[in-house]
Amino acid sequence: MLSKIVRTVANQLILFILIFGLYVIAHGHLTPGGGFQGGAVIVSGVVMLLVAFSSKELKKSLRERGLSIMESTGALIFIALAFAGIGTAFFYNLLVSSPIFGRIPEPLGSNPGDFWTGGVVPLMNLAVGLKVVAGLSAVVLAMALFASGEEVEE
Amino acid sequence: MRRVIGLIVLLVVVAFLAAGMVVFIHPFGSPSPSDMDQYIIEKAQEQTGNNNVVASVVFDYRGFDTLGEATILFTAVTGVLLLLRTRKRREERS
Repeated sequence: MLSKIVRTVANQLILFILIFGLYVIAHGHLTPGGGFQGGAVIVSGVVMLLVAFSSKELKKSLRERGLSIMESTGALIFIALAFAGIGTAFFYNLLVSSPIFGRIPEPLGSNPGDFWTGGVVPLMNLAVGLKVVAGLSAVVLAMALFASGEEVEE
Repeated sequence: MRRVIGLIVLLVVVAFLAAGMVVFIHPFGSPSPSDMDQYIIEKAQEQTGNNNVVASVVFDYRGFDTLGEATILFTAVTGVLLLLRTRKRREERS
């Protein structure tokens, strides 16, 4: 556990890191970024908490079992979305021109973009983001607990 | 002696790979089949609705690739958790 200054700054900063990571994940179909990148941003916030507080402190709120379940859920959503379009092809984008996320941007070319576009791509971004956040957090937490001699919970 | 032989083998392999890279690689900026990327650049926005063409390639046109990528991550997490979990059992036995 580091000094009180570091802990306070980390406490204030984690909110902004989470918001930025969620923004990168949610706007993956409009701006550079996506599920993998935004997930890595959020996991960097988790690593900051892990450095500022001890792994024992963080273990109270993050369980590896729950993270493992979250990761599998993300993977299942991803594969289910891929199989949803199996009538035409694997990974067929079946939500295009449907009410949900189905809008085609009116002016083609570069434009600011509309959030409700992209078909299944935003949903896949969310699924992959969930998967990356949970998986990498579980890995980092397990390694930190292992290094500090704590017992790794299943 | 073994170190010298190893160094020679390493140099030969590196020279082989470098020669292959020089001979077989395409010139920079002109990949051999460029029909597909031109198609994607022109059609991606009206076909998938994504403003980010990279996202439409990663999750739509080449989604199968991303599935493999996700599988790699899943395998890595499973491996780490499996490896670090055995420690508890070993301590209990001793």
